[in-house]
Amino acid sequence: MATFETEVLIIGGGVTGAGIMRDLALRGIHCILVEKRDLCAGASGGNHGLLHSGSRYVSNDIQSARECRSEGAILKKTAAQCIEETGGLFVSVTGDDEEFGHRFPEYCRSTQIDCEEISIAESRTMEPMLSPDLVKIYQVPDATVDPFRLALQNVAHATALNNSRYIPHCEILLFETADNTVTSAICRNSQSGQSITIKAHQFVNAGGGWAMNIAAMAGCDDVSLLWSKGTLLVSHDRLTARVINRLRPPSDGDILVPGGTVSILGTTSVRTENIDDVRPTVEEVNENVLQGMAMMPILATTRYIRAFSRVRPLVQSAGQDDDRSVARSFSLFDHHHVRTNFCTITGGKLTTFRLMAEKTADLVAARLGNDEPCTTHTTVLPDAQGCQWTEPGASPRYCYTSKDPDDMILCECEMVPQSAITQVLSSSPGAGQDMNLESIALRTRAGKGSCQGSFCGIRITSYLYDTGFYKDIQGLYHMRDFFNERFKGMRSVIWGQQMAQMELAEALHCGLLGLENLDNHSEKGKE
Amino acid sequence: MDQETRSIETELAIVGTGMAGIAASAFAVNRGISSALTGNTGALAYTTGYLDLLGFHDGHFIKDPWEGITDLATTAPGHPLATLEPDRVRAAFTEFTSFLSDIGIGYTNPGPNNLRAFTPAGTIKPTLCVPATMAKGVEALRSKPSCTIFGFHGLKGFSANQITSNLRENWGSLTPKTITFPGHNRGELYAEVAARSLEVSENRKLLAQILKSEAGLSTCIGLPALLGMHAPDAVLEDLETLTGLDIFEIPTMPPSVPGFRLREIIEQTLPAKGMHLIPQQRVKSISFPQDDVRLQLADNFGPIEIKAQSIVLATGRFLSGGLEARFDHITEPLLGLPVHQPDSRRDWYQHEYLDSRGHAVHLAGINTDAQLRPLQSDGTIFDERLFSAGIVLAHQDWIRQRCGAGVAIATAYEAVEAAHRLLRR
Repeated sequence: MATFETEVLIIGGGVTGAGIMRDLALRGIHCILVEKRDLCAGASGGNHGLLHSGSRYVSNDIQSARECRSEGAILKKTAAQCIEETGGLFVSVTGDDEEFGHRFPEYCRSTQIDCEEISIAESRTMEPMLSPDLVKIYQVPDATVDPFRLALQNVAHATALNNSRYIPHCEILLFETADNTVTSAICRNSQSGQSITIKAHQFVNAGGGWAMNIAAMAGCDDVSLLWSKGTLLVSHDRLTARVINRLRPPSDGDILVPGGTVSILGTTSVRTENIDDVRPTVEEVNENVLQGMAMMPILATTRYIRAFSRVRPLVQSAGQDDDRSVARSFSLFDHHHVRTNFCTITGGKLTTFRLMAEKTADLVAARLGNDEPCTTHTTVLPDAQGCQWTEPGASPRYCYTSKDPDDMILCECEMVPQSAITQVLSSSPGAGQDMNLESIALRTRAGKGSCQGSFCGIRITSYLYDTGFYKDIQGLYHMRDFFNERFKGMRSVIWGQQMAQMELAEALHCGLLGLENLDNHSEKGKE
Repeated sequence: MDQETRSIETELAIVGTGMAGIAASAFAVNRGISSALTGNTGALAYTTGYLDLLGFHDGHFIKDPWEGITDLATTAPGHPLATLEPDRVRAAFTEFTSFLSDIGIGYTNPGPNNLRAFTPAGTIKPTLCVPATMAKGVEALRSKPSCTIFGFHGLKGFSANQITSNLRENWGSLTPKTITFPGHNRGELYAEVAARSLEVSENRKLLAQILKSEAGLSTCIGLPALLGMHAPDAVLEDLETLTGLDIFEIPTMPPSVPGFRLREIIEQTLPAKGMHLIPQQRVKSISFPQDDVRLQLADNFGPIEIKAQSIVLATGRFLSGGLEARFDHITEPLLGLPVHQPDSRRDWYQHEYLDSRGHAVHLAGINTDAQLRPLQSDGTIFDERLFSAGIVLAHQDWIRQRCGAGVAIATAYEAVEAAHRLLRR
């Protein structure tokens, strides 16, 4: 059993937890961040990657619109390497609510968000794939953000500042308490099975969709969440230069966001009680395509390589039926009547993660008697080793400039070289022996291309056997688990060329390598 | 410029250049049937070289595939292998492996039981026949002699460490070694390039020297499948003579050399045996007028029309284009044949990738009568001159059951036999 001590234990490796870690480290406070799975495993990694200008919320959630506007401006200055300033369009097509379209510029004006009407002819030059049935088009300052890089670099910066520590695969089993404080958290490493005790002065619950359960473990019953499941699709190619929003009250399949070399379409929205195993369904995929094709007809015929689902926590208040009308703003619970050194931050959205971290860190710092102010709104996020490989252009750029023929490309779809894998395993946040193919895929572009890892999973595994990282059947188990995990996102979009891709993958994984029968492997070895 | 349509008259047109297509060509040649083989690139490059008959069923390893295919009559009655006489399947395999051996790629003959063969992951694959260059690997897995597995620097997806790490538990004297291929300096080593270089005896001598000095006390060595392209048996024999060691090949990740070998040897030898070969061209349309079956296609020199008395459709599945998965249903694009398939895309795949039951989409395909003539939706045959062979057929899961080559070879045999009867009527 290992024991760690720190000033602040943060639970939950979403972008908020990572942001709190950095904010506190900048104030000179040491933290440990624990995450049940790995960075951005929940809603932080399961969204459009849209850095909202705020215009999406101008009609129904003014506070969120304002927060998005100011936070977007801050992040564009402080985390520019994680952001692509694409700009965005709001478009309506024949049949959409025209009244909404007319009022939209006024909504934007009242929240001080730039909004400019674009002629239909001009919009065609800007985005040739738009529907021929356009009615109104407005341009807004939307952008895109890579949440994985954002989280990785926040964690890496915190570690560089004061040796704050990130521990992945670390699940809270229980809290030890004394009087009205939490004294330590008893955790378990799901990879090694090792028990870990973490003692801290302050405890922060940044568990996102799981925040209610974590708060309850600490004896705090005042967090009440609803969960909304959203499903999004990833196309094989990037279809637009800008973010395309449907100019109507928020609904299914009405946002298309470019993400490097792909586009992401979504979402659907349904209430769910199941937060641990959410997967896209064929129906949700079909609904997104059906709705999306009204603004972009090409969405009916484009090749999709993946779908993904996530559960977003909605902080419950009385009398709300439609999850989209629930305020998107976040909630910070200080729990002071029950636990004076425990707080919960949940709700909110990717765009406002920094603000959420600031408010939480303010509370924690005050409780610690630390009066250093927040500096994340001005301190530029530095680049760090092992964090840059999530950017689509990073690997090809490296390969073209390094010109090292021995640094072979293991993921051929995305040009990920051996050295990227080695660097991730040695120096990225969470680096270590308990990493697996999923950890590598999260920190690079490996497995993000058209084959979805079915080839590079094999090549990377072979490489890791050659380097001595794997010494026994563990490498085959990791490879099998990786393919299982990738399949969850592929199952609902397998048609057209993806069917051929999938057939080849299964022929390789099962027909040749026998991965579906791995549990009988050693028995068969004995004959 | 208008190009003149070239016309080819033949008794049997074979559409598809995968395992079923080349097996059908071999059977046609052996029966003195004139034939024309065409189709796009085909999935032959993806084969390991192993010829499976039936390796798994219901998630269980099958020891005796002959008993296995007999059992299919009760467990999977629609399976293309279920209705065939084991003796005829054996005859098909024997004829095909003998044919390949005669034209230059040696193969083991089908035995009573499945063989246990190497994979590049260090797992074991059940199969019926293996290329002669891989035969000693099967023997080594059984007798576990002192053995070194060699990998090459720069050959991606093939790790000697991986193979030995996963097999060493019961095989103490199995050792990994990674060496540099003669003449290869830096960067990636391409198996195909290495294979062609070993056709040159100087290169074999250089490789043999390294192998001999690195093999230590091993009497037997395994290498990735790159020992020659056109005469692998001779390359292997020469290396064995030069080293004094028993040598075998282990399949690499596809596309791989054993697949290229088959494709190239077929392309080189069959035209001399009277077969028209129009490789790497997709058939555009097929019509069935009274007098002959007409196939329209084109190559770089212009349009081609094949007039045939009969036709075997061996177009494969999704990877080769024999079947197409649309948004909500599966089609057979060339003739528009009805495709047996699940009701909805929801049902194509199980929720778990490696579900031992396999995925329903793989059982989709063409329904035929007992003579392998495709059926229309009303249950009547499409045309008495049209036969179908290989994994385009419904009710089999070639991936999970390890029966791809078995279905290809056995149904190609039956289809050519049926076409032969029709032609000689």
